[in-house]
Amino acid sequence: MLHKSAKALSRRKFLISSVQSSAGLVLGMSLPLSHAEADNSDAASSVTKTLSPNAFVTINDSNKVIVTIKHLEMGQGTFTGLATLVAEELDADWAQVECQGAEAAVEKYANGLWGKFQGTGGSTAIANSYQQMREAGATARAMLVGAAASLWRVPVTAITVKQGMVHHAATGKSVNFGVLAELAALQTIPQEVELKDPSEFTLIGKKVSRKDVGKTSGKAIFTQDIQRPNQLTALVAHPPLFGAKVSSFDATEALKVNGVVDVVQIPNGVAVLAKDYWQAKTGRDLLKVQWDESVAFTKSSDELMNEYKALAEKPGLVATDNGNVDEGFAQADQIIEASYEFPYLAHATMEPMNCVVQLHSEGRTFERAELWYGAQIHTGDQMAVAGALGLTPDKVKINTLFAGGSFGRRGNAHSDYVLEAVQIAKAHGKGVPIKLVWSREDDTHAGYYRPMYFHKLKAGLDKAGNLVAWQHRIVGQSIVKGTGFEGLIQNGIDHTSVEGASNLPYGIPNKRVELHTTESKVPVLWWRSVGSTHTAHATECFLDEIAAVAKKDPVALRMALLKNHPRHRGVLELAAKQAGWSEQTKSSENAFGVAVHKSFGTYVAQVVEVAKSSQGYKIERVTCAVDCGVAVNPDVIKAQMEGGIGYGLSPALLSEITLNKGKVAQSNFHDYQVIRMNNMPDIDVHIVPSTEPPTGVGEPGTPVIAPALSNALAAAGAEREYRLPLKTQLV
Amino acid sequence: MKISLDINGKKQEVDVDPNTPLLWVVRDHLNLTGTKFGCGMALCGACTVHMNGNPIRSCVTPVSSVQGQEITTIEGVTSSDLSKESNAVVEAWEDIAVVQCGYCQSGQIMSATALLKQNPNPTDQDIDGFMSGNICRCATYKRIKEGIKQAAQSMKVASINPSSNDVAINVDDSLFYDVGNEQSTVAQKTESVNASVMDQEGGADHVA
Repeated sequence: MLHKSAKALSRRKFLISSVQSSAGLVLGMSLPLSHAEADNSDAASSVTKTLSPNAFVTINDSNKVIVTIKHLEMGQGTFTGLATLVAEELDADWAQVECQGAEAAVEKYANGLWGKFQGTGGSTAIANSYQQMREAGATARAMLVGAAASLWRVPVTAITVKQGMVHHAATGKSVNFGVLAELAALQTIPQEVELKDPSEFTLIGKKVSRKDVGKTSGKAIFTQDIQRPNQLTALVAHPPLFGAKVSSFDATEALKVNGVVDVVQIPNGVAVLAKDYWQAKTGRDLLKVQWDESVAFTKSSDELMNEYKALAEKPGLVATDNGNVDEGFAQADQIIEASYEFPYLAHATMEPMNCVVQLHSEGRTFERAELWYGAQIHTGDQMAVAGALGLTPDKVKINTLFAGGSFGRRGNAHSDYVLEAVQIAKAHGKGVPIKLVWSREDDTHAGYYRPMYFHKLKAGLDKAGNLVAWQHRIVGQSIVKGTGFEGLIQNGIDHTSVEGASNLPYGIPNKRVELHTTESKVPVLWWRSVGSTHTAHATECFLDEIAAVAKKDPVALRMALLKNHPRHRGVLELAAKQAGWSEQTKSSENAFGVAVHKSFGTYVAQVVEVAKSSQGYKIERVTCAVDCGVAVNPDVIKAQMEGGIGYGLSPALLSEITLNKGKVAQSNFHDYQVIRMNNMPDIDVHIVPSTEPPTGVGEPGTPVIAPALSNALAAAGAEREYRLPLKTQLV
Repeated sequence: MKISLDINGKKQEVDVDPNTPLLWVVRDHLNLTGTKFGCGMALCGACTVHMNGNPIRSCVTPVSSVQGQEITTIEGVTSSDLSKESNAVVEAWEDIAVVQCGYCQSGQIMSATALLKQNPNPTDQDIDGFMSGNICRCATYKRIKEGIKQAAQSMKVASINPSSNDVAINVDDSLFYDVGNEQSTVAQKTESVNASVMDQEGGADHVA
């Protein structure tokens, strides 16, 4: 890298972070795919054919670069993203790069934005890994360069690296990484590395093939696919109501089913263990369980919503208070009010929840546990499992597999399905591997839903039509209360309940956001884009209603209110331009709707074009603009916007979980409907060029589509709706 | 009960309850785990395999009903009679980077392959009609559609004898999701799939 100027070099010097500083201690550590290696804290004396300068990069003598990915790959492309960062600074050939999921090991794999905690969520993978993964790659590169220099007896400054080959120009010598790995492992791990200037990037910003491979051949292994010797499959009869408990059960018929080997009671039901899924399900369905429903939750959704509406009439805890709202309304010439209702939502991952666990015992006590599943919050799960078994967390080994979707579901602060698997294994007590599998019905009924919410908004306009006062009341359950994430509650306000509303970017002189946090036994959880799933819809629909009353163009009004928010303006402008907003809204027969929202540090604007015909309304096109800082993998970013829009269309049009006297009314995809091929619109995604630090893209595409669509339908003449899913049928 | 199966061109015998859905036999007994479990009611298509080259939902197909039939799973489809279509599909899928979480994609690829066998030149509407029985929660639908079109195009270019596509196909209507119809249609379809399967089997109702 000596072709760079001295000035540039000094600018680009980064001190290796503490994680890498300690890397010397883990040099040559045993990674699942690496060759047999000596335990070599004394690197110089070790015999190893692999280079593993840190917990992320291993280069073996077969010339493979194996990148260990500390985040869960659930479809969002993190294998590709993090490997891109390593390969960029390593100057690897993309074809030689392979990825593997990291085990639970917080000292090596903590999420840099979450403190001492390993986990994936909040669209943080790229944001917290950008520096760390590049440094990991640059460290390995420096050691390969050092090895080549010593091999050829030339200065390191004469060595260049390109696409997996190490060169010495003057002598014409070239060698691949694999040949150098053994020698490179003997090099001192550098304490400082130089990172490239963005102008030198060859992989970052380009389309690269995905590294979560095996998914078009059926070879990729998900939790559901784990088959260990002597493994049993377990299905559970869960309580029909939240809060109900097993009173008694009769397993006589279940135990008669061929292949059923055991029936055990666990805290949240009764489990049937059998040699295969079908036997376990047949047995489970023959169980006779008496439930104690004396303290169970028995309210219906309508009843709950009425309570929420009553609460919204009263002031709540203040999350945001700018200016003087009461004075603002007193001065207002015109008051506009609207309320929005949101049901519970299931994540409905394609792979229903499941987990494989094996307990290893010495005599009567369990000594250690090993788990295989799509682990999303490793540290939380590891501590929960350790707690359930009376072990220290280091005795709980978690192997991270691909997840067949998560959307938040696998990152449960209560570790619900993981603990259920462990409890079954503990109750069975034989030390064989247990695969807990939920059927689709179990998955739909078991809860951990996006909470139900009610929003009540009020705005004041002055004589000139300027927005002078804004009041927003939110009513719903807290996701984080009573969990390890409770720190997100400050002064009684759960940040995840109000995010997107409490930080509304619009320049309104008097603004107040209030929250009522409700209690219920219905288990709730984050759901792709969390608070923004409802706050973006309420605020962006309401702003359009204001625009209509004030007779202002929805894009122009937003641009005017976003004077101090250039990145919001940037995506709004780009989406409007690409959709042909100003020309089309005047001339086209089609109607247009817009929404803009920032979540997880990423800015997204979407314009929905709707056509009206005698059959009804049809989405012609969605134009999406995204600003996520440096675009590491543009094609993955586009895929996440497309998928995020698709995911958000389900609750906009079809999906809801409802309670009927406490019982979940839906069970499978016929009544918990989600969008299919015929519901998917054309989508154009445009990325704002940026040199800002990269932010995540897994979630921010989702919250914008429902309000943009609602606004387009209103523009097309459909009656405004104040509840999701919309009743308006699309064709 | 001993049941003889022809899976991916290989004759095999399994000893299972004859009502066991084919899905759980291929997954739990034959260790062909590429075929996925998503709903158990023929609502999502993750379990799609081919029977004599036509797509079926293996989660509602009793294993005893497929004795003597040629079953192909994702593991065998690229070397099956539909190798031309499936290889074109897989190539397009990789090229376009269709896949996200990947859990539904074995089923998507099996359906897309069968679609191209029956209709080598599908329109957007044809694709909507044929593929809407396969749910993708990552919503990769836009790229699936592009992938099918690209595969169709590459087959056309590669085809030496265009008439080779003119093969009579016995289409299982129950696999078509009625675009635009009510949810009850799906439930009815499911029932009819189950019912037709049960008829062959003698009526044991174990699926719903």
